[in-house]
Amino acid sequence: MIEAAQAAAATGAVVSLVLILVAIVLTAASGLPGLFVARRSARGQWVAAVMTVLGAAIGLAGAGLAFTKRGVGPLELPFTVMGGRPVLAMDSLSALFLVPVFLVGALGCLYGLGYWPQSRHARTGAKLRLFWGLLLAGMTLLIVARNGLVFLLGWEVMALSAFFLISTEDHRAPCRQAGWIYLIATHAGTLALFAMFALWRWSTGSYELSAAAAEGMSPAARNGVFVLALLGFGLKAGVMPLHFWLPAAHANAPSHVSAILSGVMLKIGVYGLVRVFSLLPGPPPAWGGVILLLAAISALLGVVFALGQHDLKRLLAYHSVENIGIILMGLGLAMLGRSLQRPDWVVLGLAGCLLHVWNHSFFKSLLFFCAGSVVQGARTRQIDRLGGLARTMPWTAMLFLVGAVAICGLPPLNGFISELLVYLGLLRGVVAPDGVGSAVAIVAPVLAIVGALAVACFVKVYGAVFLGHSRTPAAAGAREAPLSMRAPAMVLGAACVVIGLAPIAVAPLLDAGIADWMPELGSSAIPLGDLVPLGALSVTATALAAVIVVAVVLLARRRRAVRGVGTWDCGYARPTGRMQYTASSFAQSIVALFHWVLRTRTQGPRVDNAFPAATWMHTHVDDLVLDRVLLPAAEAVGGWFRWFHRFQQGLTHRYVLYVLVTVILLFLWAALGALS
Amino acid sequence: MTNELNALLVLVLVINLVALGTGRILALIRVAALQGALLGVLPFLVHQHVTFPAVLMAVVAIALKCIAIPAIMIRALRDAQIKRELEPLIGVLPSILLGAAATAFALLFSNQLPLTPQDAGSLLVPASMATILTGFILLTTRFKALTQVVGYLVLENGIFIFGMLLIDAMPFVVEVGVLLDLFVGIFVICIITNHINAAFSSMDTRRIVTLKE
Repeated sequence: MIEAAQAAAATGAVVSLVLILVAIVLTAASGLPGLFVARRSARGQWVAAVMTVLGAAIGLAGAGLAFTKRGVGPLELPFTVMGGRPVLAMDSLSALFLVPVFLVGALGCLYGLGYWPQSRHARTGAKLRLFWGLLLAGMTLLIVARNGLVFLLGWEVMALSAFFLISTEDHRAPCRQAGWIYLIATHAGTLALFAMFALWRWSTGSYELSAAAAEGMSPAARNGVFVLALLGFGLKAGVMPLHFWLPAAHANAPSHVSAILSGVMLKIGVYGLVRVFSLLPGPPPAWGGVILLLAAISALLGVVFALGQHDLKRLLAYHSVENIGIILMGLGLAMLGRSLQRPDWVVLGLAGCLLHVWNHSFFKSLLFFCAGSVVQGARTRQIDRLGGLARTMPWTAMLFLVGAVAICGLPPLNGFISELLVYLGLLRGVVAPDGVGSAVAIVAPVLAIVGALAVACFVKVYGAVFLGHSRTPAAAGAREAPLSMRAPAMVLGAACVVIGLAPIAVAPLLDAGIADWMPELGSSAIPLGDLVPLGALSVTATALAAVIVVAVVLLARRRRAVRGVGTWDCGYARPTGRMQYTASSFAQSIVALFHWVLRTRTQGPRVDNAFPAATWMHTHVDDLVLDRVLLPAAEAVGGWFRWFHRFQQGLTHRYVLYVLVTVILLFLWAALGALS
Repeated sequence: MTNELNALLVLVLVINLVALGTGRILALIRVAALQGALLGVLPFLVHQHVTFPAVLMAVVAIALKCIAIPAIMIRALRDAQIKRELEPLIGVLPSILLGAAATAFALLFSNQLPLTPQDAGSLLVPASMATILTGFILLTTRFKALTQVVGYLVLENGIFIFGMLLIDAMPFVVEVGVLLDLFVGIFVICIITNHINAAFSSMDTRRIVTLKE
């Protein structure tokens, strides 16, 4: 029976993988035709959109097939790489991570038709679409790779494409700077991964990524792999001390690029962690503890720094750090459960982790799409220069609200479900009798604080951007985004609602993913439905949604006569939009609470007499790692080597002279050696 | 045969000094082309009998060093409309003296090397080293983009002579690879030359520093 199954697998039951390979080829090639058409022609972007959507649809079909355990390989590639045939394979874990890649990839490409059309961005459009396709192809390849070298190949294609996407507008200095910082970060991460795979090869004898290969690893090698994976994948995922590239990159990239970077590429870092940890059986409890600690730091500081931001997209970027923290809380809990033989922790933690990966990729992409519409409509990212957009951009306001409610983890949307799973897992950890329980107990309140702060942050954003009066003429004249930008956001919003209302639909997928993550669980695996009353949850959420819909309809019907009064007008004789409560002042009390870490820099104003002249005030929050640690450190190192600039002046002649001097010195050395 | 070989190599050494002594870029290119042609004959003199690698190497060397590369450079020179290296780092006479010193150094140094008996009699090693050093001198003291290219060409000629020692041992592929690199490099530099000329109204490579961030 087993032999027959193996034979079937070997003789080519690899339909799912073949579909994925077709998707890789289609997406990778999607930007190529655009390079050969006239700059002003819109033909390239349509070809790219059709190819990407087609590739994504085929890829989604492949991923869907993988959940049925049919045609999942392994597929040996017909060539040799460093003494071994590289293997591709699919399982539910890969499929779970492929879904956001294809969904957001295709929707982002469609969004780009309206947001970054060739007619308006003739210089950068073709480049953007080329690397968009390559980014998708690279991510897909590494997710199905079961060989360290193929994995690295996909990883580098992804990392470098992302660099070119971030620096799309390379004529702007902030974009170039964000791109360089990203490039340094990603290369540092890749270096760690090279070391990790070298260690893997050294201790297992092959580059094959399989649990069987990892069996013979010594504990020291396993710890080494753990640390290097945490470093390499953590840099990509944006875990708190390693997140420094992320805010500037997300803020300066075009908005649909921010969406795929934040919504999908960060998750590839999470995928790397999940995959590598699944291959290392019997992890020591310390691993789970380290991950829980990092997760708590990321979640808390991510949301705190988000509160201090004035830039809409930078704020969303810090929320990505927060959500990666929530995802890692689930993963850390699952690791602890694996160490301590607690299947219920594994199921709840990993289900929360995997579902939040989906959820975050949906609602964060949705939010970035909406932010892009706002930026395009009002031509600024500064929250305090916007305002009143709900009147001019009703669709965007509505969609942003859906995303905001989802990211805050409020029912009845999807963020609530995944955070609930993590909560339930953490609370089970708390009641565990051993000492681990008290450690886990610290994390649960952190998650609660994070949730509360996230709500505060999105009240700030939504209130300042969409409600009240417009603060600048540009905001007042904002126009609603075209359908090509609204429709992809609507699809994502619908996905948030569906998962929120019917979590029972995704439970089997999560169960399959958990089974693939921890194969030794076997029959002791508990279905997610037995641990969480998913049915009751669905009913409650649907009822809640119904109540909200009814309330909105009733309120809309009972609309009273509208009076044109300033929202916060304080009895001034001639109020203007600029007098409104700003987002900064709204967040002031919380920011002050966290001054010990935010260290807001405030400049001006000085008011000396009763009738002061016009003045201004500016506050800025430096990034914890980049602005306060890395840049000063780099300055210091640069200072030590200032004397070296005398030798490095960009003159080729000098450099050739150095070569010559070295050669002559070597000659002389050799001659002296021959004489003596 | 060693006599003919050495005569040819002495000619190569003289050409080195001529190259250092000329201020006109066109003459410099022609001298380098002549050196390339001489080097093309070299494989037949090193090997008394005609072998396939030797013929191929000779053909490739003459085609590239004597015809293709000088042709590209002369064209670039005509487009850029310059004639002289106006301000070399050191004058013509000091360059020649430096070249002579380099030749002397190469001859002295190669005496110290533990060479095989059949190579010890020939001038292959000193000529190779002297030519490499001449290339270096050209590279470090001349600032026009095209004279720099000649510097690289002469440098490669030196490497080519050294390759003669190893014509049996060293894969032909390596030498061809070096040649190809050089060819592509010069092709690119000649294209860039025109752009530098257009952008800075000068061919001084020191101006490129302004592009440094």
